[in-house]
Amino acid sequence: MNLSISGPPAAPPPPMTGNLVIVKTLLALGVDTVFGYIGASVMPLFDAITTVYKRQSKCSGNSDGYNSSQINNSGSSEFNSPVSGLPSEPVYGIVEFRNELTTTENSIIEDIRRQRMTETNAPSPAKPIRKPGSQIIVDTLVEQGVEVMFGYLGGVVLPLFDKLYDAPIRFIIPRHEQGGCHMADAYARATGKVGVVVATSGPGATNLTTGLATAMMDSIPLVAITGQVRTDLIGNDAFQEADTTGITRPITKHNSIVKDPNRLAQTIREAFYIASTGRPGPVLVDIPVDMQVAEIEVKPAEPVNLPGYKVRSRVHNRQISLAAEAINASQKPILYVGGGIIIANAAAELSELAHKANIPVTMTLLGLGSIDQGSELSLDMLGMHGSAYANFAVQECDLLIAVGARFDDRVTGKLKTFASKAKIIHIDIDPASIAKNLPADIPVVGDAKETLVELLREVQHRDRPEWFAQIAEWKKKYPFRYDKRAHAIKPQFVIEEILRQTNGEATIVTGVGQHQMWTAQFYRFKRPRQFITSGGLGTMGFGLPAAIGAQVALPGQTVIDIDGDSSFNMTMNELCTAVQYELPVKVCIINNGYMGMVRQWQQLFYGKRYSCSSLKNPDFATVARAFGAVGMTVTEKKGVADAVAAMLAETHPCVVDFHVDREENVWPMVPAGKSLHEMNGLDIFESMA
Amino acid sequence: MKHILSALVLNRPGVLAHVAGMFAARAFNIDSLTVGRTDDPELSRMTIVVIGDDRVVEQVRKQLAKIVSIVKVQDFAGQDVVARDLMLVSVSAPPEKRPEILALIEMFNAKVVDIGPKFVMVEVCGPETKIEAFIDAARSYGIRNVVRTGTVAMARYSRSQSE
Repeated sequence: MNLSISGPPAAPPPPMTGNLVIVKTLLALGVDTVFGYIGASVMPLFDAITTVYKRQSKCSGNSDGYNSSQINNSGSSEFNSPVSGLPSEPVYGIVEFRNELTTTENSIIEDIRRQRMTETNAPSPAKPIRKPGSQIIVDTLVEQGVEVMFGYLGGVVLPLFDKLYDAPIRFIIPRHEQGGCHMADAYARATGKVGVVVATSGPGATNLTTGLATAMMDSIPLVAITGQVRTDLIGNDAFQEADTTGITRPITKHNSIVKDPNRLAQTIREAFYIASTGRPGPVLVDIPVDMQVAEIEVKPAEPVNLPGYKVRSRVHNRQISLAAEAINASQKPILYVGGGIIIANAAAELSELAHKANIPVTMTLLGLGSIDQGSELSLDMLGMHGSAYANFAVQECDLLIAVGARFDDRVTGKLKTFASKAKIIHIDIDPASIAKNLPADIPVVGDAKETLVELLREVQHRDRPEWFAQIAEWKKKYPFRYDKRAHAIKPQFVIEEILRQTNGEATIVTGVGQHQMWTAQFYRFKRPRQFITSGGLGTMGFGLPAAIGAQVALPGQTVIDIDGDSSFNMTMNELCTAVQYELPVKVCIINNGYMGMVRQWQQLFYGKRYSCSSLKNPDFATVARAFGAVGMTVTEKKGVADAVAAMLAETHPCVVDFHVDREENVWPMVPAGKSLHEMNGLDIFESMA
Repeated sequence: MKHILSALVLNRPGVLAHVAGMFAARAFNIDSLTVGRTDDPELSRMTIVVIGDDRVVEQVRKQLAKIVSIVKVQDFAGQDVVARDLMLVSVSAPPEKRPEILALIEMFNAKVVDIGPKFVMVEVCGPETKIEAFIDAARSYGIRNVVRTGTVAMARYSRSQSE
């Protein structure tokens, strides 16, 4: 047989982008519905999903997709139609209130704690005391100064919870382990103490992971105790078994599993030590249930001895002198400070150094509160949504003094051009942070507080009139702006009103997204630990549980969660917790009916194709009331001030749903991968001047 | 450039997984990794060969040092070290070729450790270059199987032992 092939060879298929390849492969595999949640790094994928699946008419939820004209016409009509037939007056689920323990209760607790400590520390050598492992765990926690714990029950932590029943430790039960982990995290952020969270094995432990990763990225001291199946069942795929230490290894500073009950107390002591020293972080201790029931002899506490873990004790004198010389010689210096200042309790020293040497200070998101933003030396936040004056100053400075900051990509923009005219001093307690992203001219490994104290001795005052004149000009030309005359409620207007009525004194917590950036821009922080937010990991849903954790730490103080509608949707079940423990957290939802930051990126970089970023929300006020909290809705600008006043006067957990301008953007913005001075939105600022 | 990192680690379960996981998570490449006990039952020694520029390797070293179960890490770059690799290699050896192959083995100071009707198993020990050279030389006879330990190394006393 003769087979002939005629015609030109088949043309090579046109090149396809990766996102289309993924979606077309999914289609070819017969996937007709996709479930998921959008975020910056999957945006191209969502864009392709809209393109391909729209053609297939299979996109669920947002089936028509949006084009620019539809979006512009969509307005906020669906917002202004509240669910009807539901009670509009606040429903109070709680009558009695008790935020603080009475003096008698406190003294009883103190007595028990003292007794426990003496028992643990000095048992009679003559007759050894024997106790079950669960009691040893509780005693060690008390010995470590734990007053509050967060966590959730489950089969393999029942022995532990039985002993916690009588322990002088306040226990807060969240509605999900993730919430409990964020609560412990925020408790730690608000107090500087180690937060403690407990979860059961398997799903309990896996639910902790988002919280652990959040704490890891932001260097928060946390001890997580997880139950584990009996040691003889480990590896057998037992009920509720998961390889907890394996799963959490990359998202904890350290973790371990206890397989010898005699090691229980010491392992917990080590966990507290590792979590709270050096660059802090979460430490997980996995405790099989048989360790908790084993009867073991109580032994006196030994000092922690970890051959592989050394905390740097002294700052290198020569590096300090080099840094001080560079500072004294500099014409255009800038201090770029991060969460390290707050963790090291070094805000006072930072302020002293900035004033003594006369150096302007810019802060990262986590560094906010390091210096009073009312100070003339404050250049506020820098980075992707930082102030134009901070970003320009960084690009123009001749000396960048980084303290407790890690040159994150959201701060630096394009690394090659970041502070390219400057010599760089990098002060950090973690040697691995130094020169990770950008080489440092003068690396200084050390605790922020100790280093600043040393530096203070050697720096001298310099006037630097040209530098400050230049900064003043930028500050005058490009302050954070928004359209104050707008008819709609602008998100920034709500935050300014909260700022005004709280006199800038409230502890502010946020979720993640546009509302978080507006809060960072428009609330003027005065003191460290005043702003609690998920920076590194960018964990949506952090707000409400974190506010609860902060409120536990700060009884009687005003704690406000400025949240996004999408962030709030993720963890709003924790309203139960706030109601149950009578924690009067205040939640302000900056509600634009979008995943706002995602929508902003889609508007700017994806041709206004709003793929899967629009959500149908519940009526949050009604939801709040159903939980037993107070709920309010604000749809008009003139109602904002009264609502904020009513919220601040409220003694119950309270949710205020602000229906804001749906398509407001966060400006300025350094597009990902651009240089810090290449900000978008400055023309918008100028037009509003 | 190739760097040899030597790490003293606690002899505990999970340490190897931690090191391997850190390399994967931070997108560092491992060329070879060997682990073995030391004279102290509490400690093991890991020798890790990493390819990368100095900045990357310095970051690897720091990230290793951060792991709580790692007691000490040393980068042997710029030091005079003894580095050895052990290989077992099965080479095709029909009777008529055997004298030739045995001569080759002799030349490399290698050892025949097993012999079969068609193949000989050879043990080659030495610096990586020598191992590679033997593979190249034996390739023409036909290699059935290669098993290598990866590099282990120790600094020489003469110049580099400062401690």
